[in-house]
Amino acid sequence: MIDQLKRACAIAKKDVSIYYLKGPVIIFGILFPVFLFLAFVIGRDLPVDFLIAGLLSMTIFFTSMSITPVIAPTETQTRNLERLVSAPVSITTILLGDMLASVLFGIGISLVPILVGMAIGVTVTHPFILAAGIVLAAFCFSAMGLIFSSTPTSMTSTVMMISTMVKFPLVFISGIFIPVGELPQWGLVLASVSPLTYITDLCRYSFQGTSYYPIWIDITALVIFLIIFMTAAVKLHEKSLPERL
Amino acid sequence: MMESMNAIEVDDLTKQFDDFTAVNHLDFEVKNGEIFGFLGPNGAGKTTTVRMLTGIIKPDFGQVSIMGLDIRRDPIRAKQLIGVVPELSNAYTELTAWNNLQFIAELYGVPKKDARQRAEKLLGKFDLYERKDHKVRTFSKGMKQKLILAMSLMNDPEIIFLDEPTSGLDVMSARLIKDMLLELNKEGKTIFLTTHYMEEVNQLCSRVAIINHGKIAAIDAPEKLKMKVGGLKWVEISFNTSVDISDFHTMSGVIDVRMSADKLRLYTNEPGRTVYQLVDYSRSNDLEIVTLNTLTPTFEDVFIKLIGEVK
Repeated sequence: MIDQLKRACAIAKKDVSIYYLKGPVIIFGILFPVFLFLAFVIGRDLPVDFLIAGLLSMTIFFTSMSITPVIAPTETQTRNLERLVSAPVSITTILLGDMLASVLFGIGISLVPILVGMAIGVTVTHPFILAAGIVLAAFCFSAMGLIFSSTPTSMTSTVMMISTMVKFPLVFISGIFIPVGELPQWGLVLASVSPLTYITDLCRYSFQGTSYYPIWIDITALVIFLIIFMTAAVKLHEKSLPERL
Repeated sequence: MMESMNAIEVDDLTKQFDDFTAVNHLDFEVKNGEIFGFLGPNGAGKTTTVRMLTGIIKPDFGQVSIMGLDIRRDPIRAKQLIGVVPELSNAYTELTAWNNLQFIAELYGVPKKDARQRAEKLLGKFDLYERKDHKVRTFSKGMKQKLILAMSLMNDPEIIFLDEPTSGLDVMSARLIKDMLLELNKEGKTIFLTTHYMEEVNQLCSRVAIINHGKIAAIDAPEKLKMKVGGLKWVEISFNTSVDISDFHTMSGVIDVRMSADKLRLYTNEPGRTVYQLVDYSRSNDLEIVTLNTLTPTFEDVFIKLIGEVK
């Protein structure tokens, strides 16, 4: 178990070197959520701490899911996957490694909106809950990205298209631009099935001190989503692996 | 571990892809310390077999045992004992040679100090030490292949699986890899070699299996296979001046005569008698013999014949 965890860390280290520590990836990770966010908030009169909480949740969401969907297709294409699978590591270990790299990237980039918020006077009321939420959400969204990477293809564009089709609708139903409490009944139902809703709600609580759901529900929901996503990712990768070799 | 133990035991191994049976009830074993050749035409089931032996894909039926460990029941421990050189070049091109080796060492749980020492030794052996801090994308095909072989040795494996290790390499790189395989074999490593190069099999392998349509067509030592297959022999001769090819068709025992560059190849079932006749012919026509060789079927001939039989 510890051996496999160490090997997952080696895979994470490799992923960080190859896929994450690239100027364009980092810049895109920061700028994309910022621009998307600005496009929707400019001209609307909303409190700064509400906005920063939304920006933060969106940043974690986009950055944690940015690279994980493409690692497996890329390594299928570059024929690295076969070498990796022939090593004494389980599929769970490989996925855990990919996930750890993504979590580190997600956490690192999420510091940017927090620092921006603090620079313009926003205070973090519940820093420990925020930290726990960021870590949990980063794991959750990375695992979600792994589900997309199980598509048996070596074409990264195919995977990116599928993940984008899921990511964008989630942004609009998760209380980032409109508070969950102001959504109609059908909107509330949709919001409750999006993991992004719970991290957004948790961020609002951490910055503003108020949230739509009790905080324990936010955390429990993220844990449940993480378990579901990771289990699904492992099963799907086990099934699709022979087709990708 | 017992010396007499088979390194690899394959029992009733079967793999199907939809309606197509890629590997059809294979049974064979590879002895500890031997170089075992695995041959077959494209699509014969070689790569599927190697992938099942190395635990990359699961068989539908049958068993694979690696040094006594069932690869399905104990995949991590079994994989720990093997090194793999897959068919296509697959080091991480965005990492340096050194980082590729260290990454593999970490995947196999090799202690850091051993990993450093092994990496230095292997890079030196493969003449890559000077390039250790260069990204692999700047390497030539030969350098990449040498690095991949070095990567497969980082865990000091008991068995090394190589799929087409010299494919597309220049003569020097191919020779270095072949010499390295012989050296590893001397050190007691078992080598499972898949290749298309018949001469490589002839030079390196103590036993060889020929697979076609997912089934074993033959399995034995290369020379024994040549003897089993038998067939035509030929005499190859070249003279100091050009000769009329029709003069040779009438020689007793000669079945066919072919001209190849400046050499004549006489297919015969009596090579000794043909040689006498050729010497007589050169004397009577006042010709000088430049070269004269008697040849038996090559391993390629054996391969072609066996593959044809299984069809």
